[in-house]
Amino acid sequence: MSDYETFLLDGRPVRFERGQTILEAALAAGHYIPNLCHHPEFKPHGSCKLCTIKVNGRYGSACTVKAMPGQEVSSDTPELNGNRRVLLQMLFVEGSHFCPGCEKSGNCALQALAYDLEMLTPHYAHFYPSRPLDASHPDVLIDFNRCIMCELCVRASREVDGKNVFALAGRGVASHVVVNSPSGKLADTDFALTDKAAHICPVGAILPKRVGFAVPIGSRTYDVDAISTLAERRATEEA
Amino acid sequence: MSRLETAENPQKLKRIAIDPVTRVEGHGKVTLLLDDADRIHQVRLHIVEFRGFEIFIEGRPYWEVPVTVQRLCGICPVSHHLAAVKAMDLIAGYGPLPATAEKLRRLMHYGQIVQSHAVHFFHLASPDLLLGFDSEPTRRNIVGVAQDFPEIAKQGVLLRKFGQEVIRHTAGKRIHGTGAIPGGMNKALTPAEREEIRRDVDQMIEWSLGAVHMVASLHRTKPEFYNRFGEFDSSMMGMVGDDGALDFYHGGLRAQAADGSTIFDHVDYSTYEEVLQEEAKSWSYMKFPHIRALGAEKGWYKVGPLARVQVASRLSTPLADIERKKMMALGNGKPVMGTLFYHWARLIEALHACELIRDLLDDPDILGTDLMADKGDRRGEAVGVIEAPRGTLFHHYRVDENDQVTFCNLIVSTTNNNQAMNEAIRSVALQYLDGRKVSEGLLNHIEVAIRAYDPCLSCATHALGQMPLEVDLVDASGDLIHRARRNMGAPT
Repeated sequence: MSDYETFLLDGRPVRFERGQTILEAALAAGHYIPNLCHHPEFKPHGSCKLCTIKVNGRYGSACTVKAMPGQEVSSDTPELNGNRRVLLQMLFVEGSHFCPGCEKSGNCALQALAYDLEMLTPHYAHFYPSRPLDASHPDVLIDFNRCIMCELCVRASREVDGKNVFALAGRGVASHVVVNSPSGKLADTDFALTDKAAHICPVGAILPKRVGFAVPIGSRTYDVDAISTLAERRATEEA
Repeated sequence: MSRLETAENPQKLKRIAIDPVTRVEGHGKVTLLLDDADRIHQVRLHIVEFRGFEIFIEGRPYWEVPVTVQRLCGICPVSHHLAAVKAMDLIAGYGPLPATAEKLRRLMHYGQIVQSHAVHFFHLASPDLLLGFDSEPTRRNIVGVAQDFPEIAKQGVLLRKFGQEVIRHTAGKRIHGTGAIPGGMNKALTPAEREEIRRDVDQMIEWSLGAVHMVASLHRTKPEFYNRFGEFDSSMMGMVGDDGALDFYHGGLRAQAADGSTIFDHVDYSTYEEVLQEEAKSWSYMKFPHIRALGAEKGWYKVGPLARVQVASRLSTPLADIERKKMMALGNGKPVMGTLFYHWARLIEALHACELIRDLLDDPDILGTDLMADKGDRRGEAVGVIEAPRGTLFHHYRVDENDQVTFCNLIVSTTNNNQAMNEAIRSVALQYLDGRKVSEGLLNHIEVAIRAYDPCLSCATHALGQMPLEVDLVDASGDLIHRARRNMGAPT
């Protein structure tokens, strides 16, 4: 049996290695499937649901469903992209994602996906959360108003940094990220600027301090190319 | 201060409202109270919107502020960007900027002076001046100007575009860019970008000089009218460099009385609270600043083009300085005070800014790559001041040890002109409306006086938490069910 087998993604054959998820295989082959909570260095999480696809007619998360030979996967369809826009709209109104004043603008995966999926308005009523910033740490700032609960910081701190600085608390609509210290403040943890968790946030929730707008407009990650184009190019370069 | 601010018996008078005031930035209205003989008893410029930036940037990290706070306005955001970053340079502990960084900020700022002055004169004011104050109202706009004076309208559009392009090359975007960061700039100017700006700059100087001459020739057609329209004595304030020349970007504060005598000079703007004081009134969302030493009654002043070209000892570029002297010669040794002189002064400034841009493009430093200052000790408090297109702009911040803003006070250009604008419309109301049957054309005279100041009403209304507020709850038939009031004085 060959090491490489294929499934069909939007009618195109995609080669995969046994054990890869559909998302991993698609990204490696240069086919972008929208995603937010996925990170190649961490185990699949399946929480943001942006990568929801249809596999042989059934919904599934591309980041958790294993690729299998002969699967017929649809992703870039009006229905699935419409659902993704709804998910993005809900993320935007649940937090306070004021791109014009956010230093992550241009480098933010949430913003980039909203552009790429042509989200024109938030549509839903804003929650307007007012969550206090945690600026207690000398080198890192947390703006909880921008957290999308992808848990990348939770996973990075636990699995790479070995510190368990972050956790998810609450249930349902009350779910939120907390800092694991008696005071709840980041300053009272052993968190460091060099931690993986300090640099993994896909949005503007966890930010190294005093960087701000140092990167000029035009040189930011998503200034020139869409997030999907960038991912596809990266795959081509790595191939 | 005019007797027309508050009528003695307002309830017995009829009320005329100009709502909204048109061809200005933001939303405002004018109310006039008249008796049965159409005699004017009260005239007020009201600001009917608010922004609240002073409060809602509290708690935000200081490095975010120069970008956030410029969202106050889409007409001259660069002013807020630069005033804030000048304060944050100091908060962050940076020393003097490298020559390239300061010159790039100046280039951005001069681009904004050009674009803002162009949009105001050509798009907002020229319909009154070229078509007539009481011309057909449906044609009294930029489209009407484009039909009757297509070359002038084209020059206005392209002057504005030129200024916007200068901003884009220095800030990354035409509106709401990010170029200035605490300690310097985030982007150098490339040789290609310099050439793109330089290609057009001589044409812009020629057009802006032509615009100055056009306003001068309009004045010659009816000198008495232009001299006396909305004329009243007032103090004036602007920023000057060490040599007394107008400096849009940095310098000391200079204030002069109506007779041209000096009230204060070369005041370090970080001590602005020692020379200026703000007062709130119940009927406006905009505060009323005044010169502390002269008190609230007599201490109000003008800022903006007419004030600063006159308080300055000179302009540093040759063509603009010649035009400044020509305009000031009409005062016979005293400052000119007619409201319509604002337009003349504004275009002199646009010319000055175009000349300054040309000089900066010729300066080898402008292509440098040393963009950040050396860093020293953090500060907890700082003030940044700039001469925005509409006048002197103050940004004052305190930041705690966690880098979060704990206090912000903004005195924006239009706020400085609050009392002067009210005095101007009272003067015009007495000159043209008092005792006469009110017509649309006569009411437009009031708006002409306001427009001359180029007010940015949206920028000027940010005092969230202090402003008077009245909320009426009415049922479907319009009957009042409940009224909630806060910080309200006498009803108008």
